[in-house]
Amino acid sequence: MTEKNRIRMMSFSLLFGFFLMWEVLCVLLNVSDLVLPRPSEILVTLWVKFPILLPHIIQTLYSTLTGFVLGVGIGVALGVIVGTSKVAYAVAYPLLVGFSSIPKVAVVPIFVLWFGSGTTPAILTAMVICVFPIVVNIATGLAATEPDLEDVLKTLGASKSEILWNVGLPRTMPYFFAALKVAITLSFVGAVLSETVASNRGIGNVMMTASSNFQVSLVFAGLIILALLGVALYALFSVLERRVTGWATRGNDLSIT
Amino acid sequence: MNIAAPLPPTESPAEAPRTGRARNALELQNASVVFGSGDMAVTALAPTNLKLPDGDFLALVGPSGCGKSTILRLVSNLIKPSEGVVLVGGREAAAKQLRIGMAFQNPTMLPWLTIEQNVMMPLKIVPPFKARFRAERKGEFRDRVHQLLAQVGLTDFAGHYPWQLSGGMLQRSNLCRALIHEPDLLLLDEPFGALDQFTREELWQTLQDLYLDRKPTVLLVTHDLREAGFLANRICVMSARPGRIISDETVNIPQPRDIDMIYSPEFVEMTQGLRELIAQVRK
Repeated sequence: MTEKNRIRMMSFSLLFGFFLMWEVLCVLLNVSDLVLPRPSEILVTLWVKFPILLPHIIQTLYSTLTGFVLGVGIGVALGVIVGTSKVAYAVAYPLLVGFSSIPKVAVVPIFVLWFGSGTTPAILTAMVICVFPIVVNIATGLAATEPDLEDVLKTLGASKSEILWNVGLPRTMPYFFAALKVAITLSFVGAVLSETVASNRGIGNVMMTASSNFQVSLVFAGLIILALLGVALYALFSVLERRVTGWATRGNDLSIT
Repeated sequence: MNIAAPLPPTESPAEAPRTGRARNALELQNASVVFGSGDMAVTALAPTNLKLPDGDFLALVGPSGCGKSTILRLVSNLIKPSEGVVLVGGREAAAKQLRIGMAFQNPTMLPWLTIEQNVMMPLKIVPPFKARFRAERKGEFRDRVHQLLAQVGLTDFAGHYPWQLSGGMLQRSNLCRALIHEPDLLLLDEPFGALDQFTREELWQTLQDLYLDRKPTVLLVTHDLREAGFLANRICVMSARPGRIISDETVNIPQPRDIDMIYSPEFVEMTQGLRELIAQVRK
């Protein structure tokens, strides 16, 4: 326990030290707040502007999470198809890789063209950007399932879907959660990206507008908000992961032999 | 270890009548298995004929890599014969005809389930238990699992995860999982390998009692000649790769057998005969 607390202390000190350095260096080197505002200024801006920022935060969260949920749904479905069938794996992989290689910035204008600016392209970008890691991880997890484990059910005469539900998918959970943690941060990137390009709401848009008005501390306040949201959602999935896939990480304190 | 009462009978109206029993629970007709093709082909099992009448207890012994496990995998429909026919319950494609219980060489417990959930898995998959699984998994089915775990001395470990158990404990859970759905055909692949002598002998007794109680057909693969002699009605010896059956003998010792019997002169003579046979084919 003390070991854990020490690590927490160190982690907190690093964070605090980082901002302290930033503050001190800005003062010492006399950096203009048009270039790099001090953390204290950013905090003040954050505090003062929070009522105005809140609807934008909600907007960004909404786009991100909606896109994320859709992306995970599609990703899991595709992953199961690609992971359970060798033919589908071989046939679909080139397309998936090609699709994932496209920089997602490039698809935003297309979505804007189709759906106009606003919430829809933000949701779609968030969705598109997080599908691929989910597909790859689910497919890999299913393909990597030990044949021995499947044999246990096969000898009992289990159907393919019974094997999938009782062995394949539970076995894939560690891969799935690893992908979720990557996907949620990517979804943020996607949503904010789309907001910067084509929206009049959301944190991305706030940062864009603020930078063209030289409200640099507001731009940084937006960054801080995004970082905090990202950390919060990442932490949420980490907690979920520990609860669902504890068997894969097996805490030593539980073992008896 | 106490030998508990037999499992509760399963004649509730919800359950379909047992599958009609064929005269031969199991029959191999010229079945062979070849892995790979062309120059890389490896014959795992030379064409083999084997008949296993219903209720028989057959032990397969032979040197390592001779295809004993291959026969088990054929019977459980995990692999298909390259040539020949495998009939289970009188028909091809095993598990639909007979309830099969299999204990693998490696315990292969699912790591995300507790021992109780692992042992209960067949009841979730195999009809007629499948239909009542949701209703009974916290009731009758759980009692059954606990009763069986008690018979192998694992009562306190029902809620533990596989990685918290020793190798011997896992093998005992493995045996429970093979037995929980009262199989008609029991396939055992060296199920007592990782156990110490005393636990092994206790489990021999448990298995014998379970066998005599319900008379399933049993196919036991083992390296241990005393195990084969103590448990089986019939012992087949296989040659080295490519494996085929070179000797098929009946064990003429009335059951139930007592563990002290394995030190009797006639038993020692029988196992030594088998030993010499295997020693010859190993070369």
